[in-house]
Amino acid sequence: MTELLNYEFMRRALIAAVLVGLVTPVIGTYLVQRRLALLGDGIGHVALTGVALGLLTSTSPVLTAAVVATLGAVLIELVRVRTRTSGDVALALLFYGGIAGGVLLIGLTPGASNATLVSYLFGSVSTVEEADLWVVGVLAAGVAAVVAVFGRELFVLCQDEEVARAHGLPVRFLSVLLAVTAALTVVIAMRVVGVLMVSALMIVPVAAAQQLTRSFRVTMLLAVLIGLLSSVGGLTTSFYADLSPGATIVVLALAVFCVAVAVGGLLRRASAGRSPAAPVTGVAGTMPQTDRGRVTP
Amino acid sequence: MSDQFTDVPGDVPPAFQVVDARVAYDGVPVLDGVDLTIPTGQTVAVLGPNGSGKSTLMRAMLGVAPLTSGEIRVHGAPLRRFRSWHRIGYVPQRLTAGGAVPATVREIVASGRVAARRRLSLPTRADRAAVDEALETVGLADRARHSVRELSGGQQQRVLIARALAGRPDTFVMDEPMAGVDAENQRALAHTIARLRERGSTVLLVLHELGPLEDVIERSVVLDAGHVVHDGAAPEPTGECARPGHEHQHPHPDPNAPDSADTTTAAEMIRLEVPGRD
Repeated sequence: MTELLNYEFMRRALIAAVLVGLVTPVIGTYLVQRRLALLGDGIGHVALTGVALGLLTSTSPVLTAAVVATLGAVLIELVRVRTRTSGDVALALLFYGGIAGGVLLIGLTPGASNATLVSYLFGSVSTVEEADLWVVGVLAAGVAAVVAVFGRELFVLCQDEEVARAHGLPVRFLSVLLAVTAALTVVIAMRVVGVLMVSALMIVPVAAAQQLTRSFRVTMLLAVLIGLLSSVGGLTTSFYADLSPGATIVVLALAVFCVAVAVGGLLRRASAGRSPAAPVTGVAGTMPQTDRGRVTP
Repeated sequence: MSDQFTDVPGDVPPAFQVVDARVAYDGVPVLDGVDLTIPTGQTVAVLGPNGSGKSTLMRAMLGVAPLTSGEIRVHGAPLRRFRSWHRIGYVPQRLTAGGAVPATVREIVASGRVAARRRLSLPTRADRAAVDEALETVGLADRARHSVRELSGGQQQRVLIARALAGRPDTFVMDEPMAGVDAENQRALAHTIARLRERGSTVLLVLHELGPLEDVIERSVVLDAGHVVHDGAAPEPTGECARPGHEHQHPHPDPNAPDSADTTTAAEMIRLEVPGRD
């Protein structure tokens, strides 16, 4: 296992994997709670255009991806607020625009090949450079700071936006903050698992954790643990078995999810046997959202 | 009883003052010029059929639904400049209390302290005491560590009420707190609201029917098609519904109430038809 650390590129890759495993499930927990699990996916698509812009202009693709993904996140948030009904269509347009723009711009870049495109689509953690590591490190610290300062407000927002408003919380600011933080997380994870699978590391560990937990805080902590296990374990496995690191990490996370579903099912059956849930009897209330009533003279 | 809400002490501004409020969704008016003053300390029910605008009125009064025109003042301040949000406890109309991620009863209830707590601070003894008290009040102290998903609909509704209580507000706005709640939990809720009233809190409730809250409500406002059609004493069940053994109380304006809206006379008594699952 330690021979892994003899390679400079693997040391860098491991550091990146640890940062990604730590940070992505934290933001993922808020996104899942807010039922925006696919937001990360959308931002990932938009980030590809950023990567291509970086390659085309010979600047750091991670930095340009961060800028474009942030702009994309703000745009997605605005679209989500403005259009109440056709929001998902507008988002879809943005997603496909992002990925098409990325492929188009990479094609225009002299010296860039399909291999370059594939390395960003599916990740290339072994080519992480020291400069990338610095950017990823600073972004990860930023994400952690946002959660430390605004975590409580974000919990209320993601739980129930209307209640957040009635608490006088700055709902629009918090929504944009969450979207931008998600965008930065996407960029952090992009180098490891690629833009097409970036959302998997945000969502799958959370989906696995919540099979086993009752509380939000424990879900988040367990998701971070599963995220770390998947990213470091997947990277190590891929090194020895000569597999694609990004895909191995995601498959490992999905395997943990399957185990968690099975274990969670067993646990629930066991606890249901001990204390049967009280049957709901004598429902005498009325339900909201029934037919419209009327007043007749 | 009517004296109680015309007689406002000079120094204390009313909890809510709604002047000619209009709200429209996609050009369709939902509130069509509502005037309403809720003095502090009053327990008021807002009744009306589905689609009459009662939920929208509540949401507008808290700035959740933006007004098309008109004005709303909360504790004397225009809504836009109102900053004392810790005074407000809002119970939204929900069938479940949870988001998509599991959360314990205590976590949800403690989140009601968000307006009262400072940033980057650990929960203080006062925070914990307020959460404990809120859980006690709704009778869920023994469920604090349970996931809200494990609770029945009525218990989840009580969690939402406890969340509002945890912020120790003096003004409550509850949107259909009895919806989907079984009879036993309805009585528990009625008891909680009676205690809030004793403490001098202002309680504004959107209700489908008075039900077990009949004795707690001091004043009833009936909305229809975005207008206030009755404002006064809780309407007595009349006609068909007054016969013994009739099981549910729909709001019927009392033709004898002196301050029934002037559009209502004994001859053209308004009959509310509330279809649905009851």
